[in-house]
Amino acid sequence: MTMPANSERPILEVRDLEKTFGSLVAAHDISVSVPVQQTVGVIGANGAGKTTFINMITGHLTPSKGTILFEGEDITGMPSREITRLGISRSFQVAQVFPSLTVFDNMCVAAAIARSKGGLLDTVMTSLHSPAAVAEADATIDLFQIARYRDTRANTLPQGVRKLLDIGMAVVGWPRLLLLDEPTSGISIEEKFDLMNVVMSALKTRKITVLFVEHDMEIVARFADRVLAFYDGTIIADGTAHETLDNPQVQELITGVHVKPGAGAAHA
Amino acid sequence: MTRGTLAGSLLFLLAVAAGPLLPDWVVSLATIAFANALVVLGLIVLWRVGLVSFGQALYYCVGAYMVALMARWVGLTDAFALVLLGGIGAGAVAFLVGFLIARYREIFFAMLSLALSMILYGVLVKTESLGSTDGFTVSQPTFLGYAPHQEQLGLALYWLTLGIGAVAALAIGAYFRSVAGAMAAPIRDNEIRVEFLGVSVTRLIHAKVMIAGVLGGLGGALAALTVGHVDPNMAYWTTSGSFVFVTILAGAGSVAAAFVGSLLFEVVRSFAVDLMPQLWQMTLGSVLLLTILFLPDGLGSLVTRFATREKAKAP
Amino acid sequence: MLTAFAILTDGLVYAAYLFIVAIGLTLIFGVMKILNVTHGSFYAFGAYGAATAVGIYAESGLPAAVGFLFMVGLAMAIGLVLGIVLERGLLRLVYGRDEVVVVLVTYAAFLILEDVIVLIWGPRSYGAWQPMVAAGSIDIGDLTLSNYDIILVLIAAGLAALSYWALRFTRYGRLLTAVIFDRETAAAFGVNVTMIYTATFLIGAMLGTLGGAVMAPKISVTLGIGVEVIVLAFAVVAIGGMGSVEGALIGALIVGICRAAAVHLVPQIELFVIYGVMALVLVVRPHGLFVRAQPRKI
Repeated sequence: MTMPANSERPILEVRDLEKTFGSLVAAHDISVSVPVQQTVGVIGANGAGKTTFINMITGHLTPSKGTILFEGEDITGMPSREITRLGISRSFQVAQVFPSLTVFDNMCVAAAIARSKGGLLDTVMTSLHSPAAVAEADATIDLFQIARYRDTRANTLPQGVRKLLDIGMAVVGWPRLLLLDEPTSGISIEEKFDLMNVVMSALKTRKITVLFVEHDMEIVARFADRVLAFYDGTIIADGTAHETLDNPQVQELITGVHVKPGAGAAHA
Repeated sequence: MTRGTLAGSLLFLLAVAAGPLLPDWVVSLATIAFANALVVLGLIVLWRVGLVSFGQALYYCVGAYMVALMARWVGLTDAFALVLLGGIGAGAVAFLVGFLIARYREIFFAMLSLALSMILYGVLVKTESLGSTDGFTVSQPTFLGYAPHQEQLGLALYWLTLGIGAVAALAIGAYFRSVAGAMAAPIRDNEIRVEFLGVSVTRLIHAKVMIAGVLGGLGGALAALTVGHVDPNMAYWTTSGSFVFVTILAGAGSVAAAFVGSLLFEVVRSFAVDLMPQLWQMTLGSVLLLTILFLPDGLGSLVTRFATREKAKAP
Repeated sequence: MLTAFAILTDGLVYAAYLFIVAIGLTLIFGVMKILNVTHGSFYAFGAYGAATAVGIYAESGLPAAVGFLFMVGLAMAIGLVLGIVLERGLLRLVYGRDEVVVVLVTYAAFLILEDVIVLIWGPRSYGAWQPMVAAGSIDIGDLTLSNYDIILVLIAAGLAALSYWALRFTRYGRLLTAVIFDRETAAAFGVNVTMIYTATFLIGAMLGTLGGAVMAPKISVTLGIGVEVIVLAFAVVAIGGMGSVEGALIGALIVGICRAAAVHLVPQIELFVIYGVMALVLVVRPHGLFVRAQPRKI
């Protein structure tokens, strides 16, 4: 049994996606259909095509071939700004925040931009600390449980909090699809699970569909409903976490170990 | 209304009322200072997003020459119309320049802006019909039909400059509080993230270049009317340099900084030229150096520090 | 045909002037990432120093060639002193601060030095034309060329060759190239970057004063000559790429020939053709012709 039967239209549908750079084929034959509110883990070695895949969805790379449908609408090749406006957001492997601003102001900027609908005139007309933006910012800060850092400058934050802020900024505008790029990279082993718990519960609360790239298989096993395994530019396995991680080809080419799904609670 | 706006409004009214009571040379000095303050305000808009323009003299000069040429070729004398045209003309130039320059950052932005202003300088110097190195005189302006006499003209221009300055200050203050203005720090910190949030940074910077251009043009137009003369030197890099100088002196922290800093600069410059005519550049240079070394956020930071201390004391 | 030849010779001479003036600036920028506005002061001090030297010399009746060497020597000594004073006294205080802040510090220093010139030499103009006259001239067809101009071109070519050799084949030169390329990595490899900075600034200063000295016989040495030179040097450096000596050479040649062409063919654009070229280059290749863009470091 691979996927729950779902009568709703998939939130993301990717068909025969391909990306070549000159003679280098970075990604090929990628077809995926993601139902609403699913949590999808994306695994694979560096250079296997995961980031290319993510970047094509967010609009930072234009696919050489194939289509991407978001909520039924064709977004292939759309500029990233428009795609953000449509409801797809992403976070970063290295947390990209505004170091000279406080956590609160970081969040307000993100909230205000999300509210301003993007037109240049709108950004002039809206105030940064408008009540609506402030409310959204505070709500998201609470959602990610970083309220005690609210008035701290971002460049003094511990790494984990920076990550939460980074993800929070991607979420404050209520996206419906979120792409997380290695959310636990740079986080110590003890803190990884706590971080992901906070993140996943926040995203579930907002009913956001999540695709997350991860190298830590325990994290993937614990948090993903479904896992896509990338190798050499294409998807070699697609199923529940259990199925994909037990897939012999995946184990041979990517993970190399037996990781029991659901065993992620074992941490010191 | 914020405390700053309140204080600013009071000072504005004070300045307006003081006009008739002050000697002519003070009025004239203040008028030039506030005209230049508009240019500096434009520089502050760009400074906040991390860009230093070494070529604002381009817009200053365009504004000034628009005034001179409209008066000479079209016979337009109304001060309001002339200044407006100066601002619009400079704004149009900034619109075009923006396409070119909005993609650049840091030292390249500075150099390209410098190059463009020097191009104007070169064109003006070599064009006879535009007055070449001598420039033009600017005929005396009228104010909605009323033609003030010599003594009253200075006062009229002073009030005009104050008025335009006040409008600009309010507008730019509101701009700084808006999302577009507040994004200056984020763009300086992490431009890529801002793009990922869904904002076109290039377009935002293009807009800021235009705002700075319009302000520069207004300043140049007012200066042209006040001094009564325009020449290509208004586009030379040293003119741009002096505007940057004032911005350092004042600090980019607030709208008020532009006006206070500009006034201070004019006072220092006048005194330096008067008391030590051979050494006024050295005086200016020393002041700049001391400010950079010991007050890196400009004099405006003293005001902010004072204000925050007061806030901390309040219950 | 004559015009073409005139353009070529004028262009070469002007290019020589630009190169001599720009090479110091590009070195300082390449190594220290400082856009040194005081370079204009170096030039001016060199010119004034040369005028003084020529003045002292003219009385003594020794051969002109020795006088020329004296002039150059004095200029470089002035450059050395100025460089030391500025680098140790001022720049040291602002290393590590924002690039633009450092530029403004050099701008302030430039303003101060402009008046120091007045203090030392007064507001009058000086002439230093003796070496140029002494060099004489030669006739090529219908054209008369000043020998001094030829000397200038040779000096520029010599400087270019010297710097090429020094950067590539001497230890200091290779260290310099490493620092230009990536200061942090060079430091991580144990390169004494502070020493390199100081040495580079001094060399740049001496080249600046040298430029002023060799140009002095051709110009009227008066207040404000530094002001114009700065923008010209900046333009050449921007065109060629900051930190690139070949760039400065090619940039100087491009600008020199373009300007000469303008002077002979379309005089109205003479003054701004250099900035037009600079704007054009910056649009197409923002880092200049010979410098590759650095990838963004996170």
